[in-house]
Amino acid sequence: MNIVIPIKQVPETSNVKMDEKTGTMVREGVESIINPLDLYAIEAGIQLKDRFGGTVTVISMGPPNAEKAIREAIAMGCDGGVLVSGREFAGSDTWATAYALSESIKKIGAFDLILCGERATDGDTGQVGPGIASFLDVSLATYVSRIVETDEKEIVVERLIEDGYETLAMRLPALVTVVKEISYPRLPTLRGKQKARKTAVPVWAAAEIGIDAAKLGLNGSPTRVVKIEMPKVTRGGKIVPAPDEESAVRAVDGLVDFLKSKDFI
Amino acid sequence: MTYAGVWTIAEARDGALRQVSFELLTRGRKLADKRNTTLSSVVLASGISDETVRELIKRGADRVYVVDDPALAHFTAETFSNVLVKLIDTYAPEIIIAAATTSGRTLMPHVSMRTHAGLTADCTDLDIEEGTGNLLQTRPAIGGNILATIKTPEFRPQMSTVRPRSTKPAPVDASRTGEIVRLPFDPALRDGRVRRIGFKANEGEEVDIQSADVVVSGGKGLKKAENFALIRELAEKLGGSIGASRDAVDRAWIGYPHQVGLSGKTVTPKLYVAAGISGAIQHLAGMKTAETIVAINSDPDAQIFRVADYGIVGDLFEVLPLLNERLSREVGSK
Ligand SMILES: Cc1cc2nc3c(=O)[nH]c(=O)nc-3n(C[C@H](O)[C@H](O)[C@H](O)COP(=O)(O)OP(=O)(O)OC[C@H]3O[C@@H](n4cnc5c(N)ncnc54)[C@H](O)[C@@H]3O)c2cc1C
Repeated sequence: MNIVIPIKQVPETSNVKMDEKTGTMVREGVESIINPLDLYAIEAGIQLKDRFGGTVTVISMGPPNAEKAIREAIAMGCDGGVLVSGREFAGSDTWATAYALSESIKKIGAFDLILCGERATDGDTGQVGPGIASFLDVSLATYVSRIVETDEKEIVVERLIEDGYETLAMRLPALVTVVKEISYPRLPTLRGKQKARKTAVPVWAAAEIGIDAAKLGLNGSPTRVVKIEMPKVTRGGKIVPAPDEESAVRAVDGLVDFLKSKDFI
Repeated sequence: MTYAGVWTIAEARDGALRQVSFELLTRGRKLADKRNTTLSSVVLASGISDETVRELIKRGADRVYVVDDPALAHFTAETFSNVLVKLIDTYAPEIIIAAATTSGRTLMPHVSMRTHAGLTADCTDLDIEEGTGNLLQTRPAIGGNILATIKTPEFRPQMSTVRPRSTKPAPVDASRTGEIVRLPFDPALRDGRVRRIGFKANEGEEVDIQSADVVVSGGKGLKKAENFALIRELAEKLGGSIGASRDAVDRAWIGYPHQVGLSGKTVTPKLYVAAGISGAIQHLAGMKTAETIVAINSDPDAQIFRVADYGIVGDLFEVLPLLNERLSREVGSK
């Protein structure tokens, strides 16, 4: 089974600092990591490869240093990776990104399955995975929590939806976006890291892929960001100490009054 | 081609419309009035009656396009996308709003690629720009740390998804009239590559936490699975659903569908109660946009208090039983 996993390098955001004036993220001293939600896809891909053979190739579109994310994925157990990079891709929205990635995946060659994280933790759109499936015209399932079984022709997956889990039988090739429940990502091994250092990671620009540059970057992107604002961080709510039973009773009374004032009771 | 009109994508299940369909009409009506144009709803379903879809008209739609076929009984991306793309090609709407549900968040990107349209996910605010008439879409990004406003100046249609429960459903006005347009399903649009072969409904407690008005969540501070009973009791009293932090889910105190946060679900309830949850940024990412937030935590420095409208710094094993008891009395005395 040949698997392709598009991954994104994102800023490590567990301690996001925002520049209050510009409304942008302070990037200094912030490490870049593989989008944490992509790790579940990588783990699921490696497990499928372990069971059925084949290869797992990661692909990332981003700046030159996104190569680090690809090497990390190889260190976890992926076989190889491709970096799609060049100035012509800058400013791409989800349309242009999904287009560029789908054309790049065509160039990688025949595949059975594409696995994606549910969304990236910076952009938060979750649109690129379904977008790639649309461009490549392959079967699509999102929010997949379990791979039930697979053979050469079909993959059966469980999908987490609002009112339960639905089971879908999908003809291959297919694209699946996964949620955390699907796997517990492994850590890179020492041997994996050695392999990652030795593996060549080709860098493809638009010319190499042979894509229409008019559909890339800002030119190809229908959407424009016109304003960035920072929502207020603290709500300045009422915080009531309740160190003992007496104060706890008072705090609870206060809470009940608060809930009543808001019509929750 | 000239594009005109505002569309909402209604959601149906088992012959009934889901409430989010009416919430979309609240958004859509406002935009259509500002653009001085008509509002239409699109219903892709199986076995849905005129009487049922007429509710969309009573709640604000001027027209309803219905495509009714067994192939549309359950959502699959390919067939739904084929039908919607065909409708867009035929009628050329200017704006399309869908729900940010598991199906809406799948269908809309699939369609937007094929129509080369601009799509903005999870919008919290939609408006029309003075002068240009462009749709202005506001959405949170980077885990809710920023609000970005996005527009699509050159491409049409302009598409957005909005979170369920982020607006009230449009009210019924029995005197409203409109047109129901039933369109035949073209069998050539049926794509058989994905088949739904099974379904396991959520058992027992409500886990559709994304469409709940009230979510009561527990975290590691609960110490063990049995103590979730305190959360359950409070949720029941407030008529809410049960949420959890990742730490509680990873300890198997409760199932993954309940997880709120970055690697779980994003919820926007009217009331969110967090007990024994520290408020890590990954948790906040999933609940920060709740209308009202109540926090109970023994640590005065817990991050959760920064987003709380009402916080109690105390032992949840003391506070929750007191609260549950007070609420029993409140309900009893009514
Ligand atoms: C990539 C990534 C994705 C993640 N995704 C998510 C996600 O989706 N959702 C999520 O929740 N987390 C997520 N996390 C984890 C997150 O960083 C935190 O570790 C997690 O939210 C902590 O859960 P908690 O608040 O229950 O536990 P803790 O942080 O351990 O907090 C427990 C709290 O309980 C309080 N407490 C203890 N005893 C009592 C008592 N008797 N009475 C009152 N209060 C008490 C403590 O003061 C403390 O504040 C993610 C992390 C990463 C790196």
